[in-house]
Amino acid sequence: MKPSKIFIFILTLTLSVSVLAQRSPVQEPMVFENQQQEDRFNQLTQELRCLVCQNQNLADSDAQLAHDLRAEVHEMLMAGKSNDDIKLFMVERYGDFVLYRPPVQQNTYLLWLAPLGLLLIGALILRVNVKKRAALLDSNPSEEQ
Amino acid sequence: MNSRIYPLLGFVLLVVLLVVGLQIADRKTNLPSPLIDKPVPVFDLPVLASEGQNMSKDSLLGKPYLVNFWGSWCVTCRAEHPVVTELAKLNAVYIVGMNFRDEPEDAIAWLKRWGNPYDVSLIDFDGRVSIDFGVYAAPETFLVDPSGTIVFKHLGQLTWDVVETEILPRLANMESGS
Amino acid sequence: MTVELGQISLLAALLTAFVLGLVPMIGTYTGNRRFMAVSTTAALIQCLLLIISFSILTSAFVIQDFSVEYVARNSNSLLPMHYRFSAVWSAHEGSLLLWELILAVWIAAVALFSKRLPEVFRARVLAVLGWISVGFLLFILLTSNPFGRLIPSAVEGLDLNPLLQDFGLIIHPPLLYMGYVGFSVAFAFAVAALLGGEVNRDWVRWSRPWTLVAWAFLTIGIALGSWWAYYELGWGGYWFWDPVENASFMPWLVGTALIHSQAVTEKRGAFGNWTLLLALSAFSLSLLGTFLVRSGVLTSVHAFASDPTRGIFILIYLALVVGSSLSLYAIRAPKMIQGGGFAGTSRETFLLVNNLVFVVMTAMVLIGTLYPLLIDAMGAGKISVGPPYFGLLFTWLLVPMVLALPIGIYSRWQKDTGSRLAGMLRWPMVMALVFGAGVWIMEPDIGFVSAAGVTGGAWVIFASIFYVGHLLVRKNSFKIPASVLAMTLAHVGLGVFLIGLSLVSTLSTEKHLRMEAGDTYQMADYSFEFLGTKIVQGPNYTADEGEFVVYKGDKEITRLYPQKREYAQRGNTMTEAAIDPGFTRDLYVSLGEPLDQNGRAWAVRVYHKPFIRWIWLGAILIMAGGFLAAANKRYRRKLVEKKPATAKTKEVTA
Repeated sequence: MKPSKIFIFILTLTLSVSVLAQRSPVQEPMVFENQQQEDRFNQLTQELRCLVCQNQNLADSDAQLAHDLRAEVHEMLMAGKSNDDIKLFMVERYGDFVLYRPPVQQNTYLLWLAPLGLLLIGALILRVNVKKRAALLDSNPSEEQ
Repeated sequence: MNSRIYPLLGFVLLVVLLVVGLQIADRKTNLPSPLIDKPVPVFDLPVLASEGQNMSKDSLLGKPYLVNFWGSWCVTCRAEHPVVTELAKLNAVYIVGMNFRDEPEDAIAWLKRWGNPYDVSLIDFDGRVSIDFGVYAAPETFLVDPSGTIVFKHLGQLTWDVVETEILPRLANMESGS
Repeated sequence: MTVELGQISLLAALLTAFVLGLVPMIGTYTGNRRFMAVSTTAALIQCLLLIISFSILTSAFVIQDFSVEYVARNSNSLLPMHYRFSAVWSAHEGSLLLWELILAVWIAAVALFSKRLPEVFRARVLAVLGWISVGFLLFILLTSNPFGRLIPSAVEGLDLNPLLQDFGLIIHPPLLYMGYVGFSVAFAFAVAALLGGEVNRDWVRWSRPWTLVAWAFLTIGIALGSWWAYYELGWGGYWFWDPVENASFMPWLVGTALIHSQAVTEKRGAFGNWTLLLALSAFSLSLLGTFLVRSGVLTSVHAFASDPTRGIFILIYLALVVGSSLSLYAIRAPKMIQGGGFAGTSRETFLLVNNLVFVVMTAMVLIGTLYPLLIDAMGAGKISVGPPYFGLLFTWLLVPMVLALPIGIYSRWQKDTGSRLAGMLRWPMVMALVFGAGVWIMEPDIGFVSAAGVTGGAWVIFASIFYVGHLLVRKNSFKIPASVLAMTLAHVGLGVFLIGLSLVSTLSTEKHLRMEAGDTYQMADYSFEFLGTKIVQGPNYTADEGEFVVYKGDKEITRLYPQKREYAQRGNTMTEAAIDPGFTRDLYVSLGEPLDQNGRAWAVRVYHKPFIRWIWLGAILIMAGGFLAAANKRYRRKLVEKKPATAKTKEVTA
């Protein structure tokens, strides 16, 4: 159609090719000392976000950076670091964005409390309304079943 | 009307949010750096094309410098190259080229072909230092002040507009201020 | 044959939709019966025009007309025939055309199968649907035309995204859209009721079958999406709380509240405003979802290529449709409390709890999905909200719902006693606890939450089945009323879903290994022997295909052939997992990368997923319950009885 659109096609293709041409070392599966470590690794990498393919977690992403960060996580796990240490490492470098579980802090209080708050408020309103209905019933006991 | 207007009010607020969302949509994947106003990450890396020579962050203390992460595999780096070259010509700041996840031979060839704007080029072969800098795309450019604190990061292609509005003014501040 | 005919068809459809929106509505205010009757003709003509337009686009794909830009972008000369059909809805423009086609089909269905409705009401329903259609057709014609030409014509297409070259893409979008778009009917009924100031509850009865059918389709549509992600993406996941998944889940949650609320309003006259608001919200959430997926406001795996113009258009459309309907609600919704009273312990109360829980669930999903945007918009940082948030809160919100559900089933309308209910529910409760405890003892690894989930699911199932038993005993017959059967099916489906979800979350094992030809790996009761890989040629790809022999104990039970495919045109690499499905477990193997030069050693992922099929089986049961409830003859018979004076009482057709 428009020449500009064709240009964008070609540009997109070229860009994607250049990303693929990046050096990509072979990805050996990780080795762990015990099942708990492996489970921790799986759990951590599922809770961390891939920054390149931002729709995937670190566990599933094929991006070069994801591969490198998984290696970092593995190394830290083997060195005895805790889950919190590892998450802190990531947050120091990439910010809160990298955590799929938003930390509980000033800018997320609303996020964590709102659903519970809504449930409580809703329950209170429900209680008031049910009481009204019960009163209505008591004053009109001749309603059909 | 009392309670029956709440759904509409809630919806209006939602629409306001979505309107703002549309306006900021094109930069939604750009992450601000958590390293701003923090010390530059420790590094001690080999210098490109110099056998056995290394450079660490300590040797750069005392003067401001720009760290530009790039690779010969990165097309956008090629696109920003003219701007980096122009900036180098100005001699306004010491520019450190940080070549990462690349083969040194490819890096040397790239610089030979397109020109070398860097005052020094370092090799971050496995990308560890890039991770410490929080780099997730290429190119990325960091401005460090004389005390070794990161003051600015730019994600993606460096444009002259960014140089003029963000980098040069900060450099001027450093001259006059501290 | 020129595809421009397809475009002309759309233009004609737009004009028809405009007539549909305008003329019958005027007729309802001037009492002009001929104007009102235009609704049927316009609805049918619009549908025909959309079918023509869609067929033209489809044929462009089938004959591989690469002079059409949309075809060139999403197809390829090597693409197998069945995918040429599904490629039509694989990207933005075509999927919108599918959306509009399905809307036109629903509108035609309403025109054909609601002849027994009062004239004025019916005309308004169709007119509202007409306006919705106008908006969509404008959107397609102005910003997303699939019939645009590529000049010069492409010699070869870019190929359909390999991820979408799959059976799932053939059925998931159409079924999903049937539900998503189908909620527009409930919406139109609600708007028509508000316009007419209907104080009786007939309008709710009329809207129930339409809502149930749309809801059932949405149920299976979402389940298919989950199943598809599971086998296609190669990593064993089935739900990611991705913004687009959430966009389809929210209408479903509200839809579930809606079908229950409709029951109360029809039978008892209560919750009229709830029902109105839920009906408006379900479709509003569908539109919101459409916006989120196509505007580029959120990052998502599903997001279509976005464009600010499109985003603005949909937002304006959304604002107009939802804004006007909610304004109408604010002005016209009945102010007086409707229906009679009911006691604290009554079916009405429990269904009110149900409404509340589902609405809070919807709010939670909405908040979580939009929160990163809110924080970014306020300049307060960039955060992510993912499965850890949604999963945790959803689990917590399930608790009150699962507890209340059986009590609600057994409760009498208006007034009941705690002691009577406790007496009837004692056995299901005991059996559920025993079942849950038993499972926990057999599999101590599942932990408390999972065991509670299993107990909850069992509680729902036992209570539902026992209820049928009570009913049959009381009526002294073997015949289960269809409505009770429908309800039971759906609730049992929920229980099955809960049990599957709880068990697979904690019992599934995954292992990433290095395997060489000849290696065997042991997982649970199974051994996987890797025999090596060979090259395999597909129609538009080349693949490394691995062969795994699976043994249970000493017996070979199956062979699995996972593939790593390279699609020539786009250069994508795709992982095709090999699955051995089962009622009690899935075995899942996928190839990672070759680990050496000659490809003898591979990175392999092996999964054991107990009870995962129960998740989708549960959804199928829920869908079946929905369809069965919609088919209830009483929606058709009762209406005829109540309105003997209407001139044209057509015989029941569907």
